[in-house]
Amino acid sequence: MDLREKVGRRGARLFKDGMLVNLGIGMPTALADYIPEGIQLNFQTENGAIGFGPAPEEGYDNPYLTNAGGSPLTILPGGCYFDSATSFALIRGGHVDATVLGVLEVDEKGNLANYMVPGKLVPGMGGAMDLAIGAKMVVVVTEHCDKTGNPKILKRCKLPLTAKESVHWILSELALMEVTKEGLVLREIAPDTTIEEVRSKTEADLIISADGVETVKYY
Amino acid sequence: MAKVITSDEVAAMVNKGDTIMVGGFLAVGSPETICDALVRRNVKDLSLICNDTGWPDRGAGKLIMNHQFKKVIASHLGTNRETGRQMSNGELEVELNPQGTLIERIRAGGNGVGGFYTPTGVGTLVAEGKEIRIINGREMLLETPLRAKFAFIKAFLGDKYGNLRYQATGRNFNPEMAFAADIVVAEVDNLVDFMDPEDVTTLGVLVDYLVRRGK
Repeated sequence: MDLREKVGRRGARLFKDGMLVNLGIGMPTALADYIPEGIQLNFQTENGAIGFGPAPEEGYDNPYLTNAGGSPLTILPGGCYFDSATSFALIRGGHVDATVLGVLEVDEKGNLANYMVPGKLVPGMGGAMDLAIGAKMVVVVTEHCDKTGNPKILKRCKLPLTAKESVHWILSELALMEVTKEGLVLREIAPDTTIEEVRSKTEADLIISADGVETVKYY
Repeated sequence: MAKVITSDEVAAMVNKGDTIMVGGFLAVGSPETICDALVRRNVKDLSLICNDTGWPDRGAGKLIMNHQFKKVIASHLGTNRETGRQMSNGELEVELNPQGTLIERIRAGGNGVGGFYTPTGVGTLVAEGKEIRIINGREMLLETPLRAKFAFIKAFLGDKYGNLRYQATGRNFNPEMAFAADIVVAEVDNLVDFMDPEDVTTLGVLVDYLVRRGK
């Protein structure tokens, strides 16, 4: 099981039937591939559609129908289109039940940073700031450490923030963590790791609750 | 009735230093024919209000490649590296707005509203220099309206009264921009005499000029 599948399989079980969900670009889209049986979700793309389907077969794409990354989509029965003001009324207005975002950094307060590295990379925040403050449940999915092995789950983000104290869940290939008032609680760890390993790869302080730490089950 | 003109006639109306809005999301729903004419006219020192700076060969990105802007207000630049390059050089001023804030500022500009308070951006660089108020127990930023001299928008279907209908995710920023500029020009794929009033998304009374795609 690769990182994408691990995150996708566990992350998809954070959803409840009927939720309106917006997935960020990149790793967050893995969750859509592993939706459990019996769970029906409404997916929003912030450029203006709910109820979209997979990419069309080659030669059948409509240049007017894409996702927020510009890739061609299809629309499913029951789907709808809308303008950007409506799209962000859904997002900012609290009508989106869950969003899943990738990050450069996330911290134990639930701060996240994912839109710029000063002096290097300034792609812009797009809809991420609105999603992070507006969605009822904010899930961050990430590699536990960056490519050079440095922790991405920090005591305090160093990069410019996308949103302050907004994240509810942090999911990596190693662990599922919940941001609470008391701090970052380690809820589950992958079968192939230990609490000690997770702690050694996490800069943030991890709280072990009285309920203990469960092992992730990949359905 | 909206007057049907050519894209070159549209470009001739635009002068150095003007502020323009360009509809579209990563160039889906952008007026490509009008963008091409603006590149041909080569008018400089423009300010752009657009969701993003498109791609190097699509949408407002074509004007970026031709160095026609002195300022850009957008939510995303990632698909056109030239924007970032001009910004790092000091050649181009960029004001990044969260996408929901950007569309709401345009909406406020078009609706005659003096601004709005939003929680988006609190605790981030976006909040710098902005008034913060606590409303219903939550910190909010004051965001001000945006307007432009021109809005260049794109629709799948238009009628000679200027009524517009969009297709799929090509709608995006276009309907709000139609309210927020002094002169509104819509590029249309198809032009008919009139359409079913039930199908009208953008009201013809807002549209000053129509351009047929490719003309």
